[in-house]
Formats: sequence, structure tokens, C-alpha cells
Amino acid sequence: MAEQPQGIKPIIELEDFSSKRKLRDLPWWFFAIILIAIYVFFIISTKEEYNAAFDFIKIGLQVTVKTTLISYVIAILFGLLAGLGRISKSIVLNNLSRLYVELIRGIPILVLIFFIALVGVPVLVDGMNNIGYWLSDRGIDFLGKIFTAITNQDISMNARAITALAFTYGAYLAEIFRAGIQSIAKGQMEAARSLGMSYGQSMRYVILPQAVRNVLPALGNDFVAMVKDSSLVSVLAVRDITQVSRLYAGSTFRFRESYIILAVMYLTMTVILSLGVQLLERRLRIHD
Amino acid sequence: MTDQKPIIVVKDLYKYFGDIKAVDGVSMDIEKGKVVVVIGPSGSGKSTLLRCINHLEEPTSGEIWIDGEKVTHAAKQINEIRAEIGMVFQLFNLFPHLTVLENVTLAQKVIRGRSKDEANQIALEKLKRVGIPEKADAYPSNLSGGQQQRVAIARALSMNPKIMLFDEPTSALDPEMIKEVLDVMLDLAQEGMTMVCVSHEMGFVRSAADEVVFMDFGKVVEHTTPDGLFNNPQNDRTKLFLSQILEH
Repeated sequence: MAEQPQGIKPIIELEDFSSKRKLRDLPWWFFAIILIAIYVFFIISTKEEYNAAFDFIKIGLQVTVKTTLISYVIAILFGLLAGLGRISKSIVLNNLSRLYVELIRGIPILVLIFFIALVGVPVLVDGMNNIGYWLSDRGIDFLGKIFTAITNQDISMNARAITALAFTYGAYLAEIFRAGIQSIAKGQMEAARSLGMSYGQSMRYVILPQAVRNVLPALGNDFVAMVKDSSLVSVLAVRDITQVSRLYAGSTFRFRESYIILAVMYLTMTVILSLGVQLLERRLRIHD
Repeated sequence: MTDQKPIIVVKDLYKYFGDIKAVDGVSMDIEKGKVVVVIGPSGSGKSTLLRCINHLEEPTSGEIWIDGEKVTHAAKQINEIRAEIGMVFQLFNLFPHLTVLENVTLAQKVIRGRSKDEANQIALEKLKRVGIPEKADAYPSNLSGGQQQRVAIARALSMNPKIMLFDEPTSALDPEMIKEVLDVMLDLAQEGMTMVCVSHEMGFVRSAADEVVFMDFGKVVEHTTPDGLFNNPQNDRTKLFLSQILEH
């Protein structure tokens, strides 16, 4: 470094600058969220009205968590199959998966939830039942019984909500899986095939393990998104935290208490999960 | 040995990519135990020819027979045939999510149905052969290019192939690593492995090749011996190409 001429002050004080920089880089937004959450939970524990609302609303937590988890696991299966279909050379599989993805992406989730739960599932079950009756009429009773074993009355709104969420998110995840698979260099498939592995074996042992690892952060982000979108199942009267809050607010007229608690509950869940995704992302980057 | 059937038969092979004729009517027989080096300017169809042999590229027309079995239009047995043909790529193509040992055992377990112990034992044997048994537990990203390529050779050998294909195995290597890979290849050649190599390593051609094929514009211009190539090239294009690569 060149020597500092005496008597002339440097324009920028380096030390001062870097500490200012450090302050600037702190995640202030995150502290604000934590403060809000702490404040709200403080109010819950001290104020009677908030305490009562919280005790009522937290009953819905189990349904929210269960709906999200089950839907997500099924969505991953749908997504993986449709993602593999999207890159398949078979014209039928390719177009079927494309159709699925484009249909879902072209319709709002709220509409899809109404549609799948109240039209899609009933029509499908009725169709199966009709096949069952038709088989029974022709004396193939044992097969007929299988098709008539489940009727629309047997399928709860919770199950329909899970079906709707899983089917919808399957299409979103399909695009993630497709991108992940396509991000793997062509040479990997060629090397696997040149060793004598079939397309399926190459996918399973060579391509997918790498692709899934690459898209883990994206999958995590979609899980966070699904936690939030699970609130939409309240339109089916499924008693998740959103629906329970609405019920509580409607019957006690304590709108402020209900919806503040509801919002902070979602915020707590999503912020914690997002942090988890970020940690995961950082760990994967170190590993590379 | 002279009346033995060739192990690789290529008959009137054509491969087009759109309007581009990558391989334009190639026929050749390769006998068991022979080392054939394919040379030629870039874009002359050498790699495409090699990739047609194990059907990584589907030929537009023509036939390829491996050890008496037809490769072309044999979708069902193609995996079985490929398991008998080892291939080494320019960019190594090791599986980065697996350790060196797992790279070399994967296909053994999946295709050959070998037990873990047996596969590991064979893998270590092959890794010893290419000179890096101590790297068995390393990940490919921690190896040098030369080491990666040697692992790739061990991976191919672990399937006990009848034929080895090398697609410019030293082109992506730093100069000081070329020798370690060529030494392994030379060793294989001396043991009688049938090898088809796309390579411009003239030292390797001199010391290991039985036959040299010169390709240009998708056609075989000259199919000769190393001696014939260096001392008595017949075709003007071969002479020009040789003068260009041997000048330095």
C-alpha cells in the first residue's frame, strides 16, 4: 500500500466503513419478524381474549400439518412420474404429462380445489361404482364388489382436500423434477447406458440421485408454499387453522384476535421452514 | 487365427444428423485382439462411428454385428450387448455422486448381479491394474483428470468386456497426465484386448496399433497399418493430415 501523505485525511475511513457495512448486512427483516412473533406470543400468554382464541385455533394445527405432509408426499410421486413423462421419448407419455402440467398451471389453485374435491373425485368414484354395478349385473360379483366398495359418502372432505392439493402440486413439482433431470450432463446417461444399464436403471442409480440433490432447495421452497396454500382447503370446511379461525371469529366477533394469531402461526411455520431450506442450500453448496 | 470370424463387423453404415452426413457409408471388419486406432480431422465422423458401434447413436442405415450378434435394430438385447463393450469417454463421465469404488461396482451389481463383496474385490483388482487402488474411497471431484480417466477405464473393465472403445480418452487431459492413461491402454493392448480408439496420440499408434483407419467427411479414406500410415500413405488427404499433426 502506498504511504499516506501527511495532513491529508483519507476520504473514506476504512475501519468505520466496514463496521457500517456489517450493520447493513444484518438480516433486519428477520429480527423484525421474530419481534412480531415474540410480541404476539407475549400477548397470547398475557391477554385473556387472545389466550382463548389461541387455545381454540391451535386445534386446527394438526389438520394443517397432516394435510400438508400427506399432500406433499403424494405430490412428489405425481411430480416425479409427470416429470419423467415430460422428458420421455414416448409421444403418449410426453403429451399426457404436458397436458397435466398445463391444465393445472392454467387454473387458479382455489378453483382447482373446488373442482377436484367437488367434481373430479365424485365423477371418478361414480364412474368406478358404475363399472362395479355393470360387472355385478353380469355375474362377476367379486370384481364388482371391489369397484363399489368405496362410494362418495365414504370420502371425507379432508381426503378430497388432500387429493386436490396433491394433484395440483404434483404439476408444479413435475416441472422442478424435469429441470433437475435436464440439468444433469448428457454424458452421465451415456456412461450408464454404455455399461449395459437400461434407461430405467440409469435413471434410478445415476440420474435421479444427482437430479434430486440439485433440486432439493426448490422442493423445499415448494413445501413452504404448500404450507401456505393448505389454507385454501378451508373452503371445503376442512378444519385447518384457517377454517377454525374463521369459525372462532364468526361466533365470537373477535376478528382482530383470530386473524392476528392465524397470520403469526403461518409466519412462524414458514420462516422456520425457509431457514431450514437456506441451511440445506448452504450445506449442498459446501459439498459441491 | 486367419479364418476366425471378426468380432466387430460394420456394414454400409450411414448416420445423418439432419442434412449432415456424419458417417457416410463405412464398412470394416475388426478381428479379435486387434487394436484399431481411428484418426481424422474433427468432424470427420470418428466419434460417431465409435458411438454407433455400441449403439449410443442409432445408425440411419447399415448394420453392425458384435461377436455374431446384430446390434442395429436389436432394442431388446442392446443392454446385454453393451455390457460386453466397455466405453471410455473424452470427459470421463464418472458418476460424481458415487465414490470411486461405487463407480466401479455399480454396474457389476446391477447388471452382473454380483454380491457386494465380489464386486468390491473385482473393483479393487481393476483399480490396482490402473494404478490407483488407494483412491477407492475418494469422490471423482477430488481426483486429477488422469486419475479420473483411469477410474473410468477400471469401471469399464469391471464388466469384463470383450471389446473396449476409447473416444478421445486423452484429449481433455493436461499434457503431464496423458502418459499415465496411455500406459494403461498400452498394457491392455498387450494383453490382447480388442480395442477401437479414436485418438491422435501418434506414439500410441506407433507402439500399440495393429491397424489405423483414417476418416474424412464421414468416409474411410485409408485403412492401413501404422507402418503403412507413417511410411507410405496412399491418399493425398492422409498425407496432408499427417503433415499437419506431425509437424511439431
